[in-house]
Amino acid sequence: MKHFLSSLKTYKKEAVLAPLFKLFEACMELVVPLVVAHIVDVGIAGADRTHIVCGVLLLVAFGAAGLAFALTAQYFAAKAAVGTSASLRSRLFSKLQSLSYEDIDTVGTARMVTLMTSDVNQVQAGLNLTLRLFLRSPIIVFGAAVMAFFVDVYAGLVFLALIPLLTIVIALVMAATAPLYRKVQEKVDGVQLSVRENLQGVRIIRAFCREEEELEIFDSRNQALRAAQKKAGRVSAVTNPLTFAFVNVAVILLVLVGGMRVNAGNLGQGDVIALYNYVSIILVELVKLANYVFTVAKALSSGRRISAVLDMEGEPSRYLPPEEEKGEEAISFEHVTFTYRDGGAPALTDIDFSVKRGETVGILGGTGSGKSTLVHLIPRFYRAGTGTVRVNGANVDALESDKLRRTVAVVPQKTLIFQGTIRSNLLWGNEGASEEDLRAAVGIAQAEDVVGAKGGLDGEIAQEGKNLSGGQRQRLSIARALVRHPEILILDDSSSALDYATDARLRAALGKLGCTTFIVSQRTASVRHADKIVVLEEGRIAGIGTHAELLKNCPLYREIDASQGGQA
Amino acid sequence: MTRTSTLKKILARLKPYTPWLLLTVVAAVVSVAGQLMAPFFVGRAIDGILGKDNVDFAYLYRQFVILGICIASAAAGQFILSLSNNRVAYHVLASLRRDAFRKIGSLPLKYIDNRAYGEISGVLVIMFVMRWEVALVVLLVTPLSLFAAKFIASRTYKMFREQAEARAKQTAFADEMIAGLKVVKAYTHEEANEEIFSDLNENLRKKSLSALFLSSTTNPVTRFVNSVVYALVALVGALLAISTAGTAAPFTAGNLTTFLSYSNQYTKPFNEISEVIAEFQNALACAARVFALIDEEEQSSDEELPALGKAAGNVKVEDVSFSYSKERRLIEHMNFEAGAGKRIAIVGPTGCGKTTLINLLMRFYDVDDGAIYVDGTDIRTVSRKSLRENFGMVLQETWLKTATVRENLCMGDPSASEEEMIAAARAAHAHGFILRLPQGYDTVLGEEGSLSEGQKQLLCIARVMLCHPTMLILDEATSNIDTRTERLVQDAFAKLMEGKTSFVVAHRLSTIENADLILVMKDGNIIERGTHGELLAHGGFYRSLYEAQFDRT
Repeated sequence: MKHFLSSLKTYKKEAVLAPLFKLFEACMELVVPLVVAHIVDVGIAGADRTHIVCGVLLLVAFGAAGLAFALTAQYFAAKAAVGTSASLRSRLFSKLQSLSYEDIDTVGTARMVTLMTSDVNQVQAGLNLTLRLFLRSPIIVFGAAVMAFFVDVYAGLVFLALIPLLTIVIALVMAATAPLYRKVQEKVDGVQLSVRENLQGVRIIRAFCREEEELEIFDSRNQALRAAQKKAGRVSAVTNPLTFAFVNVAVILLVLVGGMRVNAGNLGQGDVIALYNYVSIILVELVKLANYVFTVAKALSSGRRISAVLDMEGEPSRYLPPEEEKGEEAISFEHVTFTYRDGGAPALTDIDFSVKRGETVGILGGTGSGKSTLVHLIPRFYRAGTGTVRVNGANVDALESDKLRRTVAVVPQKTLIFQGTIRSNLLWGNEGASEEDLRAAVGIAQAEDVVGAKGGLDGEIAQEGKNLSGGQRQRLSIARALVRHPEILILDDSSSALDYATDARLRAALGKLGCTTFIVSQRTASVRHADKIVVLEEGRIAGIGTHAELLKNCPLYREIDASQGGQA
Repeated sequence: MTRTSTLKKILARLKPYTPWLLLTVVAAVVSVAGQLMAPFFVGRAIDGILGKDNVDFAYLYRQFVILGICIASAAAGQFILSLSNNRVAYHVLASLRRDAFRKIGSLPLKYIDNRAYGEISGVLVIMFVMRWEVALVVLLVTPLSLFAAKFIASRTYKMFREQAEARAKQTAFADEMIAGLKVVKAYTHEEANEEIFSDLNENLRKKSLSALFLSSTTNPVTRFVNSVVYALVALVGALLAISTAGTAAPFTAGNLTTFLSYSNQYTKPFNEISEVIAEFQNALACAARVFALIDEEEQSSDEELPALGKAAGNVKVEDVSFSYSKERRLIEHMNFEAGAGKRIAIVGPTGCGKTTLINLLMRFYDVDDGAIYVDGTDIRTVSRKSLRENFGMVLQETWLKTATVRENLCMGDPSASEEEMIAAARAAHAHGFILRLPQGYDTVLGEEGSLSEGQKQLLCIARVMLCHPTMLILDEATSNIDTRTERLVQDAFAKLMEGKTSFVVAHRLSTIENADLILVMKDGNIIERGTHGELLAHGGFYRSLYEAQFDRT
């Protein structure tokens, strides 16, 4: 809620003016019964036609004024609602971008997208409705009651009894339906999950002849949804008749009280008509209100989901006071152990080794052995649990993340190239890179043919790089990293889609750069020329050394090499 | 699909609920009558209140009794109306959903392959948001209001379209960057992104503002029209009251009250009409899409066909031709035979027809010409289920259900015992990492999943191991597993493949060196066939593929 309010703050003026003008509009509406009462008691009773015409003209004038006020109010409401949601969206986007890798894993991509789109839209709809209509209803209801007091104090007492009763009814209905509709939403999610899974896994489901079972699962979810909908519907179904009955019982009371007051000579017939009109106005407003309750309730729950993310702490620039960079070791791991959040067993255990500037290091191991995790600790994508990771002698926790990540360039395993042009993608590496820089990086990454195929650096790239093959994407993402001129370059299994010859040329070109390079791979061929190879098995170091050394004294390395047809 | 035929289909589905619909109509009539009568009797009552010492209380009480009956029947009518409406709407919707879902299970794959998943699931999603009760109410509304609503809607249409475009642009950007959030952070590209995002956001804000404001002018404008109508009624009524005063049929103040109250009630629906019409049109459009899906032609029924039974595994492909579309020929006159227990390797460049061959063997698609025989039986003469039960399949893209590891493993054989399941997991080298998951075999695998691609693949292999099929189809199944694990898995597979006919599709030639028969495919045709040794000696396309793979510098 506090995030919502702070986003609304920029539009404080509009958020106040919208209901204010609504109030003016409501006043215009509330005067109408008084004018009608006047027409009846003075105009009709006195057969005064001029009075009647004046009264009617007044009604039209109030209508026109009401229109002007309403339009103004709608404009401010729309402006505040749209502005607030834009600001929420933008804050949400910044917040998501500031999250650490661990929080990114926790929140999950699907949820982030839902937050950014449907949840924010829900909030916008709810806010707009609240400013325009939700506030209007109470104003009208209370206004009508106040006006009733003006007409007659005794009749006003009927209103005084009616309003709390109606408020309680509406509050009860809201309290009862909100959880029911939440349940409906959960069931909808379940049904949608079934649909999505069955579409994606259609081949497997058919291959295992599971169509009937899947249909049974869907059926039970579908029926649960129907039951939930009916249950929520039953509660909602009570609302309108109940309000209607309450209000009309009040009408009877009012006419009775009015009749007694008129009989005693304290009130005119027209006043009774006015009182009746006020009750009618209340009824119309309440019926509307009940219809909007659900939208507002949905907006509130969306708002809560957004708040939960906005409440998350972004990743700080650094965790420890700055430290001096010193020593000749580019990277060192000092007894590092790391466990993923909710990960059970540690992904890395007691990793301890160091790398000199300019060295090429191979990281080798099977699936899930912790290779990617290990290199992700260097740019502090994840923080070491115990032990210390040092870059240029300084604890990575003490380095500013921006600076650290400019020093260390990572070519991720899952290559992602974004919509735009080849140039716009390469400039991610370094905004200020010159044409020559880009060309040079493309050359080293063996990506000249990719640039050629797309018609130069300004060749179009589709969303997620879909118009490129896996190998083309890999080479462009290597070029993107090289544009940074990083001190430390990490290739996380980034040449898996390249053929052996290209892979070899790439390695040779990288070798000439002189930066500290990490090559993560499952293939011994990719790392055999490295100055140092770290062999990982289930998160532990199974051996460190050169190709020749490891062949001699690391049985695991020997086994891997043999399985890939290596000749010792 | 035309609007009328959609409407007809909806009505057909409503037919079994005729008693409920009748109840709805009766309840609606009672409720509306009660609501309309109430102001009338209030007016009569007010006419009993004439002035000081001139109030007829006996008359008043009579009116109150009638009024009470009106109120009670209107409220009861409204309540019953909602209940029976809900009942019809939710039951019809649930049955529509069921039919649409069943369709997914029986549509030819051709239909699903040709459409984005989003399109199909979109149809089902929209069904949840549309409100049938609203549509039913609208059926009763006059054509005049239709016209009014159309006029209003057409003005705002353009604004909403522009808003939708701006929103689509922003969503596309946000989607892409959220999907690549880790890369964004790795390249400290957050600030640059925020600039782009805020431009898109500002654009969306402007477009939304015009759309939202314009659409929200309808209510005040109609309200103004109402108040003019109201004023006119007051004018005419008041003048009438003066001119008829003292006559035999005077227009009383009570009559005026009733009229004013009616004028309020009658114009009220117009305030909501545009919303309702839009919803109704939307609902019709959605219904048309749902029916289009439900009416889609199903794959040919095979319920009467005999079951294949446990096959020995002799597969014969005889003069088979097939293509996905008429314009592009794919497989033409393919012939080969695989004896029971043989291992057939299929190799060739991307798009050569390897996956298509699997589609045909599993009968995901039917051949255009020729026939495929299993143990001498044309596979089109037996039920698909019995054919597929004889096959075990591991596909290129790993697919696991959002369910526990156990449920995923036992998918092919739900009756498998705990020991059998663990044995299969062990054989596929999945037991170790499964135990390391937070809840072991009872860990629920999420949609995105925390498993690595290789681990997923191991689970898929274990899933097949548990079924003991006679024939195996492995589609590049091992390409994501590191070579060392791959070697272990292959040992397990070798055991599994003993006595089973297997078709292996892979880019990695090393995994198929032991095949009894290698089919080298290119552009839908088998261009070379033989064993590894024979093909190497032959020195053709296969040899060049092989050398590219192992050409190390």
